[in-house]
Amino acid sequence: MLSFCSLLYKEVFRVWKVGFQTVLAPVLTALLYLLIFSHVLAQHVEVYPGVHYTAFLIPGLMMMAILQNAFANSSSSLIQSKITGNIVFVLLAPIAYWEFLAAYVLASMLRGLVVGIGIYFAALWFAQPPMLFPLWIILFAVLGSAMLGSLGVVAGMWAEKFDQLAGFQNFIIMPLTFLSGVFYSIHSLPPFWQALSRFNPFFYMIDGFRYGFFGVSDISPWVSLTVVGGCMLGLMLLSLGLLKSGYKLRY
Amino acid sequence: MPPAIDVRQARKRYGKLQALDGVDLRIEQGEFFGLLGPNGAGKTTLINLLAGLALPDDGQLSVLGHDVVKQYRASRRLLGVVPQELAFDPFFTVRETLRLQSGFFGLRRNDAWIDEVMHHLDLTSKADTNMRRLSGGMKRRVLVAQALVHKPPVIVLDEPTAGVDVELRQSLWRFIQQLNRDGHTILLTTHYLEEAEALCTRIAMLKHGRIVALDSTQNLLSSLAGCRVRLKLSGHLPVTLLSQVVEQTNDDYLLTLPSYQALESMLAELRVAGVAVQEMTLQQPDLEEVFLRLVGRAVH
Repeated sequence: MLSFCSLLYKEVFRVWKVGFQTVLAPVLTALLYLLIFSHVLAQHVEVYPGVHYTAFLIPGLMMMAILQNAFANSSSSLIQSKITGNIVFVLLAPIAYWEFLAAYVLASMLRGLVVGIGIYFAALWFAQPPMLFPLWIILFAVLGSAMLGSLGVVAGMWAEKFDQLAGFQNFIIMPLTFLSGVFYSIHSLPPFWQALSRFNPFFYMIDGFRYGFFGVSDISPWVSLTVVGGCMLGLMLLSLGLLKSGYKLRY
Repeated sequence: MPPAIDVRQARKRYGKLQALDGVDLRIEQGEFFGLLGPNGAGKTTLINLLAGLALPDDGQLSVLGHDVVKQYRASRRLLGVVPQELAFDPFFTVRETLRLQSGFFGLRRNDAWIDEVMHHLDLTSKADTNMRRLSGGMKRRVLVAQALVHKPPVIVLDEPTAGVDVELRQSLWRFIQQLNRDGHTILLTTHYLEEAEALCTRIAMLKHGRIVALDSTQNLLSSLAGCRVRLKLSGHLPVTLLSQVVEQTNDDYLLTLPSYQALESMLAELRVAGVAVQEMTLQQPDLEEVFLRLVGRAVH
């Protein structure tokens, strides 16, 4: 267990040492989105009756940042360690595969959640979304960050160069987050895009998370919970299997 | 008592390259063992398999009786590996690095031993320096310290002195020899054959993924019976001695002799031929000769 704690400490310490870049920068980016989109669209769009667009936007931006940062944390830590070669110190140690995965995923969750909380407090200056069902908020934040932390482990193992990882981030993670309903409700989309959105697991994370704030959602939160929980479990098992096989880590 | 390292029919292939081709090796506890071979012979592959940095295609490897695949946690706890590549984590100081490494091995409050290791490796003054600010030699010392933080009974050093200054080499060997006297088993790969000759009690030589020699250092040296003699002559070497020439530059000759007794008859033949010896040097066989003979190519 001490091996796990040490690896977790190392990962958290790494984030802390570059906190400006890992926590403050994404909070600032989310605030810029909020400032611009709310300024441009607030007068024209009312997604849910009685919910101001700026308030609607806040949970979406929080979740988007949680997911992107959770992914970035585990994937960038792994690729940096692989490229600089210092992954060897972890690989030489008697760390169980589950400890390895748990440490990377927990550190990613922590970064994602800290960024999400940071955005919430900074966004209060713009609007104050209600928090009708806090447990749903916590549940989706935890499951979503765990899922993306785990996906980051897979991507970090798979990538051999920084640009491969950037490709993964730019061509998979970014489109999935932007097309998941961060800035809109899928009910405002044409039927084809509505149907397509239902194949995007990020949509369920954001929709369920938003339900916790407003008590309304595009789809039942239980369905979202099932989809997100299933995806998270699947990715955890995949990561664990890859770690056990030594995929691109133990040649 | 299980052997410190037991390798049976280990095989590993990378694409078309058969990096290890059925290696058998048994190293007893307390040995100072040398693993030699040219680049690409399979030394690092063998070490990587032992350390779990690579997985074998076939065969069994164990450390103090613990299988490196099935009982990987137990075997890794018993093994300290100094990797060949100079790697470091730029986020941490030397002490933080060593504390973290101790933690990875499940050790809490290990500062007394960390201080001792840093003292032996002359790292104490750099304890609170960030790894990025250290010179190459200092980083190599930290690599050695990282391998020793958990006091492993089996220590593997993969070319630990490559590119480091004489001072570090000497202080490192003093420390490693001390650890060996204290009962730690040492497995060393090196390109410096004089190091292997001076330190190792037994040596294995690898070539193309196979062991081509495995014996005590003494036996390997004595397998080269006889000696070499370098001569500077006043004239040409008699034809009868030409078969023994290894090297020739003008009137300088390097000859191998089957025994010291053959020296007498060689000098007699020179006398008969009327050739005077202007200079003569006798050379003892060394590990490099054994190495070159077995491996069949130059090293360094």
